[in-house]
Amino acid sequence: MRFVDEYRDAGRARALAGQIAARCRPGREYKFMEVCGGHTHTIYKHGLEDYLPENVTLVHGPGCPVCVIPMGRVDDAIHIAEQPDVIMTSFGDMMRVPGGQSSFLDAKAAGADIRMVYSPLDALKIARQNPHRRVVFMAIGFETTAPSTAMTVLRAAEQGVDNFSVFCNHVTIIPAIKAILDSPDLRLDGFLGPGHVSTVIGCRPYDFIAREHGKPLVVAGFEPLDILQSVHMLLGQLADGRCEVENQYARVVPEDGNPIALAAIARVMRLRPYFEWRGLGFIPYSALGMADEYAAFDAERLFEVPGIRVADPKACQCGEVLKGVLKPWECKVFGTACTPETPIGTCMVSAEGACAAYYNFGRFSRERVREATRV
Amino acid sequence: MCLGIPGELVRFVADQPDLALVEVSGVGRRINVALLADEQLQPGDWVLVHVGFALSKISETEAQAVLAYLEEMGQPYADELDALRTSNIG
Repeated sequence: MRFVDEYRDAGRARALAGQIAARCRPGREYKFMEVCGGHTHTIYKHGLEDYLPENVTLVHGPGCPVCVIPMGRVDDAIHIAEQPDVIMTSFGDMMRVPGGQSSFLDAKAAGADIRMVYSPLDALKIARQNPHRRVVFMAIGFETTAPSTAMTVLRAAEQGVDNFSVFCNHVTIIPAIKAILDSPDLRLDGFLGPGHVSTVIGCRPYDFIAREHGKPLVVAGFEPLDILQSVHMLLGQLADGRCEVENQYARVVPEDGNPIALAAIARVMRLRPYFEWRGLGFIPYSALGMADEYAAFDAERLFEVPGIRVADPKACQCGEVLKGVLKPWECKVFGTACTPETPIGTCMVSAEGACAAYYNFGRFSRERVREATRV
Repeated sequence: MCLGIPGELVRFVADQPDLALVEVSGVGRRINVALLADEQLQPGDWVLVHVGFALSKISETEAQAVLAYLEEMGQPYADELDALRTSNIG
């Protein structure tokens, strides 16, 4: 296919690999975090680590919205779903996410009315069709998804739909990156910035990473060559002693993001003072709740929410994987007790989760080969 | 759910300026285009669709590349298309 060759050409990949190697200083270790789960998927699927010199390592970040939902929020959502007349709706990815007690799938099997929807607008339609039921949409996702929820609430308000509400779990990427930068566990040399989140927020919010933390960031596309080129750009900045935010994915990501989407979020939602992230703990101002003006659409105010806190299972090391401290296969239960069919941790549930991506594609990665030959 | 899927705008829905019929991998569905109100979208334009909303306008070249990427993805893309088929926003 002509179009794809531009992003896939093996010759160009090898040429880029050569240029990447040429930009590395011998003896120096480079560690870059890819923040977005979509990037993780591409890296494992195409074995991109094999194109990188040994002293360049990619570590996986927290950018998988399903993976960062703490178990207690799943239990809270199931508690709401079990109330009289409630129809709980969410994306398919949420169905198998384990809570402390059970998952949506288990709760559905036990009789709760939980339905998978493609869009929050589908949840709104269910509310219109079922005026005597209370329809709740469990909203998850980063800034990519938050505008869709916000626009749906605006539409509900416009149409006077009073039996629709949102259990809001939207999270924001910047505080998570900040938490990782402040964490003593990990020394990073730069970031591959998320592609789709940046279509909404643009490139400016990352400026502090370059300015205050002295780390370069390159917003990257999802094609294999996009990622290699972004690594090349990061190394170029380090070689030149520059530290900037660059946009490799300008063909999709506008510098200023999407102002209409940002305005919708600002109108309908407010930053929460704190929110718990799976594995990362409580991060201040890292998530969105419903604004007072839209309290009538806020499931947390309409229902009694137990606010359950559940410690992650002891065996599960999702937190370390989400922070990039551990590679998926270094987790004690990876591929044995924890598989995509029977996930213990969230990183194994979603296709963008680092563990699921590695489980499905990553078996021949550089580290694994090295490990195998050592034994 | 995190996927952005390219679709081609076929036509706007009469009397509902926020909605357009968009064809995604042979699946025609109504999609909300209000987030791209500033883009002066026309039939034949390609957009990246995420959970029922067009999130950004893209070139046809980019659309084909993303489609190839998604098709290689296998199951997650098949699941997303299945979910899209059930979608009936209005």
